[in-house]
Amino acid sequence: MNQGAFESQNASTWRAYDDWIRVLSGKRTGPDAQGVSLKELATEFPAAYRKICHHLALARARRYSLELENRLNQMALEGHQHLYRSRPQLFGSILRFFSVSFPAAFRREWRCLLISALAFYGPGLAMGLAVQIQPELAFSVVDAQSIAQIETMYDPANSALGRERQSDTDVYMFGFYIYNNISIGFQTFAGGLVFGLGTLFYLCFNGLYIGTVASHLTSIEYSHTFWSFVSGHSAFELTGIVIFGGAGLMMGYAAIAPGSRSRWHAIRDRAVEGLPLVVGGTLMLVAAAFVEAFWSSTTWPSASIKYAVGGVLWLSVGLYFWLFGRHES
Amino acid sequence: MPVAGLGSRSLAWLIDAFIKSLALTALAVVLELLGEVGGGLLLISMFALFWLYNVLFEVLYHGATPGKRVLGLRVLNANGTPVGWRGSMIRNLIRFVDAFPGTYAVGCVAVLLNENFQRLGDSAAGTVVVYDVRQESRSAIEGAEPVELRTVLSLDEQQAIVSFGVRANRLNSQRAEELASLLEPVIANVDSSRLAGHASWLMSGRSSS
Repeated sequence: MNQGAFESQNASTWRAYDDWIRVLSGKRTGPDAQGVSLKELATEFPAAYRKICHHLALARARRYSLELENRLNQMALEGHQHLYRSRPQLFGSILRFFSVSFPAAFRREWRCLLISALAFYGPGLAMGLAVQIQPELAFSVVDAQSIAQIETMYDPANSALGRERQSDTDVYMFGFYIYNNISIGFQTFAGGLVFGLGTLFYLCFNGLYIGTVASHLTSIEYSHTFWSFVSGHSAFELTGIVIFGGAGLMMGYAAIAPGSRSRWHAIRDRAVEGLPLVVGGTLMLVAAAFVEAFWSSTTWPSASIKYAVGGVLWLSVGLYFWLFGRHES
Repeated sequence: MPVAGLGSRSLAWLIDAFIKSLALTALAVVLELLGEVGGGLLLISMFALFWLYNVLFEVLYHGATPGKRVLGLRVLNANGTPVGWRGSMIRNLIRFVDAFPGTYAVGCVAVLLNENFQRLGDSAAGTVVVYDVRQESRSAIEGAEPVELRTVLSLDEQQAIVSFGVRANRLNSQRAEELASLLEPVIANVDSSRLAGHASWLMSGRSSS
């Protein structure tokens, strides 16, 4: 059959198919599109799609013009995209995410999260101990200027405690924590692609930094202002960092030991499995930024109230990951 | 669908960077009026522009950021379906590794080494960036009077002639003559209009003559 006959024989099939595509794309503007019912669409569209694929194969095998081949290819592609697209699910199941997916992923991936926690808290605790024994070591991790700046922030002699601010400043700091902390979280995750090395680097570096600062401020008797300040948001922030690290290490481990899948295939699968942790980690860091900007910085509550709130938040985070979504996972 | 290479993707990136910096400048001017609160909001906007701009456009706007749209590019899953939240989030989070060390050096090398021009984020997410081609122009062949071809040609050779006929009026006349003259050893006295006629005959008129 020559191309002209092929085209005229199938023209009506193709026109009907194009109308369905228009309806599916939400463009009900075609001349015949109004007459298409949804029931007809659901029952006949897949068959029409198969027919188009068949025509495409014929056009290729019979060496019809490239233009016709491209046109059929385009039609097949559009049909394919409508039949096989994955429907967005992220926003449709927010409740399920919080009550099941996130805590379930946390428990399922406990090995990666444990390594992440060790890489973060290990260097932090080690450095904290080292600074207690040898205070000058603090300057090997944090430069003198930053230490001086941090000291003024938590100086108990400072009448305004350095942290009592106008509420305007609270909003500014909220923005800063969002921008800074969550960017670091995302980088910690992304770095996992490089065989986990980037993730480990960020975890160790931040662990060292936080451990050094905490230990230094404790040893110069600023401990009350410092610990009462950080106790509120620490549960969300530190756990959030560990969660990002765990998701990064999932990818990193897949890159090192892909098993029976191809390397990229393994990375892709693990990245998708780690996404609930990334999304959940992001939300935890948002919560941390909120607490840090609007609660931790206040001076009216006494230190013991702040410790109590910090304790309750740590307990809630622990119970949440321990208990939620158990029966369904 | 043809995958997009380094050049067009870099240009799309530049356009997006320009749009983002314009938006940020405009926001900075407005938020300046709000003092410290404005500063905080500006930082949140920066965060959103850096990390969410691509994801939101790719998922909600036919797989293309404005820069990609200008260059006719589109992000798809490797199986040809539109990119979803998962794919877009992964490819744009891994962007941080591709952008390393601030010049996209890693991403560029990855694109050049990959057969589908995927950067690391694309490989991890299973996505590709393609040209969103839509051929609307109708064949030039229809104007040509069918001219019978008496030489026996293979299917590949016939298809080459038909392709020539389809493209003929998008070529300038010298180029069309030059291409047609290549067939001088096979078809005597060939020129571009005669070749278009042959193409027309091959495509439609063969059975009638």
